[in-house]
Formats: sequence, C-alpha cells, structure tokens
Amino acid sequence: MKTCLVVDDSKVIRKVARHILETLDFNVEEAADGREALDRCSSQLPDVVLLDWNMPVMSGIDFLTALRRSENGEKPKVVFCTTENGLGHIQAAIDAGADEYVMKPFDRETLQSKLQIVGAA
Amino acid sequence: MSMDDDNGGATQILAGLLQARTGQVISPGRYWRVETSLKSVLAEYCIPDIDTLVAALLGAENDELVQSCVEAMLNNESYFFRDTAMFTMIRTQVMPALQKGRADSRRLRIWCAGCSTGQEAYSLAMQFADDRQKWAGWDIEIVGTDISESVLERARSGRYSQFEIQRGLSVTRMLRYFQQDGEDWEISPDIRAKVKFRADNITRPSGDMGQFDLILCRNVLLYFAPETRHMAFSRLARSLANDGYLMLGAAETVIGQTTSFNACREIRGVYTLRDAATRTNRPVLDANWPFAQEA
Repeated sequence: MKTCLVVDDSKVIRKVARHILETLDFNVEEAADGREALDRCSSQLPDVVLLDWNMPVMSGIDFLTALRRSENGEKPKVVFCTTENGLGHIQAAIDAGADEYVMKPFDRETLQSKLQIVGAA
Repeated sequence: MSMDDDNGGATQILAGLLQARTGQVISPGRYWRVETSLKSVLAEYCIPDIDTLVAALLGAENDELVQSCVEAMLNNESYFFRDTAMFTMIRTQVMPALQKGRADSRRLRIWCAGCSTGQEAYSLAMQFADDRQKWAGWDIEIVGTDISESVLERARSGRYSQFEIQRGLSVTRMLRYFQQDGEDWEISPDIRAKVKFRADNITRPSGDMGQFDLILCRNVLLYFAPETRHMAFSRLARSLANDGYLMLGAAETVIGQTTSFNACREIRGVYTLRDAATRTNRPVLDANWPFAQEA
C-alpha cells in the first residue's frame, strides 16, 4: 500500500483528502505545515505528497524546495493542491520540482487522474 | 425518483422523448436524473415543475423547448485523456500499426463519435502534437460529432473551466497547449485547428462523412436500446475503412451486439471489421502489448 502525506493547514481539507485517498487504497499521513511535513519526511519518505501552498510556519513551495534538496528528496511525487490558480504559481511549482498541480476545489476523479498521471494510482 | 412518485408519468414521457430523439435510454432506476438535469430548463423557461413542462411539450409545437429538454437530458460527461490506458494503447500500438499501413498515402482520418464537449478529440490532437516529429508530413484529420448542438458549440470554442481542465489533463500538457483566460482555459489555436466538429446522429444512416481509419465511439452505445445500438453498429461498420480500427468504452463490447465486427485478437478493446483481413493487408499489431490477449 502506498503512502500519501497530506500537507494542509485546513483540517477540513485534510479530512476530505484522507477520505478520497483511502478509497484509492492509500495509507494517509497528515501534516499541518511545511515544517511538520519535512520532519515526517526525514523519518520516512512517503510515495506521494499532496501539498497546499499557503500555510503558516513553512509554505508549500518552501517545503518542496527543501525536500528536493534533501537526501532522496527527489523520490516522492509531489502534487500541489491549492487555491492558487494563476499561471505564475503553476509554473513556479513546476520549476521547484512539483510533478502535478491540482487547483481547488477538486473532486475524487480529478485527484485520482492526477495520481494516475504521476504513476502513483 | 421512482415510477411510483407523483410525476413518474411525466418523467417517463421525458425519457421517451430523449430516446425518440437520440436513441439514449434512461432506465427506470435512473429516472431521478431526468428531473435533476431539467432544472436549468425549468428555470430558463420559468416553468414550475416537470408536469407543467410535459404539458407545454404536448400542448403545442415548440421545437426550441423540445431541443432544450433533449440536450439537458443527454449524458455529456467527458474529460481529457479519459482512460489513460486506452490513450497509451492508441499511441504505442494502434497508431504505429496505422502509420505502417498508411505509409503510402500518409493520410489518417479519425472519428470521435459522440464527442460531447470535445475533450477526447482534443486529447488525440494533443497526443499527435506531442509526437509531432513522428507525424511530420502526415495529413491527419480528426472529426468530432455529437447530436447536441450546444455541446458542439462548447467543443468548437475550446474553452474549459478550471474544473474541466484538470480532469485527466497533466499540468505539462495544460501549460503547453492552453492559455489561461480569466477563470477559463482556452486551447491553443494550433490544437483547435486540428479538430473539426459537426452535428451527427450516429443512429441515422444519413451524414456520410467518408471512411475513417480509426473510430472512437466510447461510452455512447451503452445508453442505447439494443435495436438502436444495432443501427449504430451498422453505421460504424459502413464508416470504417476495411483495415481500420474501432474502439469502444471499457464497459462496451461487440460480442452479442453485432455481426459486423470482430474483437481484435491482438488487443482487448479494439475491434475490426469481420473478415476484413481477407480483403486488405491489415497492419499487424504488436502482440507484446500488455493488454494483448492470451492465445
């Protein structure tokens, strides 16, 4: 079973994502900000990270930059999942090493299709 | 909604209208969908409920209202690269076979029957654009047809909402082939120019568009009653080149439905004209493809 780390400061979004991901047979871990997510990744790398952009303590883009610089940090597939829907943000995410990008709001089919695209579902 | 509900009769009439005009069948178990899908029509025409709507439809000739109802009840769900395995198969197996078979003419004609809002046809166009070097010098025609003018209008516009754009489409292709325009995303002129859309009813013999090398008719026939499905298969058979390929949806088959097609021995989900191999030199598909059926 693959593991997905859901990084979002919204408890509701984490709950919704967890529900969808569990129906897709993922083992789900949660983090409320980028720093907490990095700590989790340092103990065990997930297969996929579902990543919000705007979070307290450490943003999604800062987390992604730090993750990709860390040892084996290129391994997890990172899918941004954010309300930031402008071209500039999307390009910045890709440049920082994101594999896919989901614009909120999203549904099960959207998330599943993105996970299939990155080869995680 | 069940048939026991107060307006079950009205629902049945509306479902009958849809079947008569398009061939699509709504089973009684899904009659609830009729009222849900007609909410926008009721609001647009200031009609309080579907009983009143049926009375209006029966009371006088009103083609515009009839057309609005039919289009609202059609199942138009579509998204980009729906069924990724199928698109991979087209790219790695079907297209190489057709490229080999059409090496002299360097011409390919593809028909997306029941194209809805255009995502499938545009997905094919994007896939060809991804492989543009491989197809340099080829004349590739992609035709999308649907019975609904309103969905064709949307398909021709090439504009998709944020919700639609990310269903099945990778962010790489989104950035490569779309421009953001406010809340919407618009497909690039290059890709849009590769696809032609036209109105057509697949259950009618009219509308001869010539023969195609590949026909995609996915998740269309499953909504038809058996006799309508038979007519559609006849039309598809007439429209397919002798050595062409037909692809249906994952839940659809030709088995027990028509005598015009055979399941392709090499690839599950691909169909060929019965006995066509004896009439032409059909390109041979690669049996190493993971979906290839066991002998």
